[in-house]
Amino acid sequence: MSTYHRPVSNTWWLKQKSYFLFMIRELTSVFVAGYCIFLLVLVYKLTQGADAYGNFMAALKLPISVALHLITLIFVLYHTITWFNLTPKILVLYRGEDRIPQGLVAATFYAGWVVVSIIVAWLVLGV
Amino acid sequence: MAETMQLEIFRYRPEKESVPSFQTYEVPFREDWVVLDAINYIKDEIDGTLSYRWSCQMGVCGSCGMMVNGVPKLSCAVFLKDYHPNKIRIEPLTGFPVERDLIFEMNDFMTKLKEMQPYIIRKEGEERSLEEGEYIQSPAELAHFKQYSMCINCMLCYAACPVYALDSTFIGPAAIALGQRYNMDSRDQGRDARQEVIASHDGIWECTFVGECSAVCPKHVDPAAAIQRAKVSSTVDWFKDVLIPWGKKK
Repeated sequence: MSTYHRPVSNTWWLKQKSYFLFMIRELTSVFVAGYCIFLLVLVYKLTQGADAYGNFMAALKLPISVALHLITLIFVLYHTITWFNLTPKILVLYRGEDRIPQGLVAATFYAGWVVVSIIVAWLVLGV
Repeated sequence: MAETMQLEIFRYRPEKESVPSFQTYEVPFREDWVVLDAINYIKDEIDGTLSYRWSCQMGVCGSCGMMVNGVPKLSCAVFLKDYHPNKIRIEPLTGFPVERDLIFEMNDFMTKLKEMQPYIIRKEGEERSLEEGEYIQSPAELAHFKQYSMCINCMLCYAACPVYALDSTFIGPAAIALGQRYNMDSRDQGRDARQEVIASHDGIWECTFVGECSAVCPKHVDPAAAIQRAKVSSTVDWFKDVLIPWGKKK
C-alpha cells in the first residue's frame, strides 16, 4: 500500500508561536558566541599596547558600536532568561518523595545572576 | 434550527488519489461533544468511508491522536465548544506517513520503542525468583520516575517535534522518555544496554529542546525533561570515562 509523506515547508517555524520563540532562542546563541569573540579581541588589544587599546575603545563609542551592543544585550538577556526558566526541567531535585518546586530552582539561578551582577557593577563602577 | 459546526477533514484514499485533499462536513454542535464525537457522527450518519483510529474515548488508550487546527491533540479530550463557531481542521498526526485519511503508519515508533527495551532488565544472576518475592522499592524511589511511566504511546509528542518531522531517524520523545523511565527505576540494571540507543547519533543529541513534546503531552510526562536529563547523565558518563579511565562505570 502506498503511503503519503507530507512535505515539511521551510517556514514550519513561522506557523506556531512556540516554534518561532524556539528559533529566536537558537538565534541568540550566535550573539552570545559573537560577544565571547568580541571579549577575546578586547583582551588581545590590551596586550598590543595603550594606543591599540585606546583606538579600539574609541571605536566602541561610535553609534554603530553602541547600537550593536544594545541589540546583543537584548538577545543575551532573552537567552539567559529562557535558559534559566528551562533549568528546573533538567535540575530535578527531591527532598524525600517531594520534588523541590521548579520555581525555587529557577529563583536560585536568578539570585545568583543578581549577586554576580552586583559584584561586576561594584568592580566596574565602585573602584 | 439546531446549531451546526464545520469540520474540515484530511482525506487520502490511495486507491483513487495520489495527493490528499480536504473534505468539509457539517455536524450538529453540542456543548458536551468532543471532536471525536463529531467524527463518529460523520462516520455513522454522513460518510462511512472516513477512516480513523479510536478506542477508549477517555484519554487512556492513546489511539485517537490527530492534528486539531494544527496542534496535536487526543480527539477524545478536546471539546467542540472550544472552537465554536469556527471551522475545525483535522489532519493525521504530523511527521508520520499517511496510510488512509486520518490513519498514519506507526511502525517506525513501534520499532524504536522495542529498541529501547522498555522493561526491567536485571544483570545475569541477579534476577529474583518468584519464591524470593518482588523487588522492593520505596515511595521516594518510585517518585523519581513515576511521571515518565504515565506515557500512553499516543505519539502526540512525535507530531509536535520538528526534529522528528525533519529527520525521522531521531529516536524521538516518547521512546527516550520510556528508556529514561526504566533507567531511573531502582529495580532496573539495564542502563548500559539502553545507553547504546539513547546516546547514539539518532538519540538524545538530536534533540534541540524545542519543548513542544512536553507542551502537548496529555499525561504530563514531560519527555523534553527526560531527554535533557539523559543528556546530563551521558555527559557525566563521558567525563568519568575521560577523567577516571581506570574507574568502573556504575
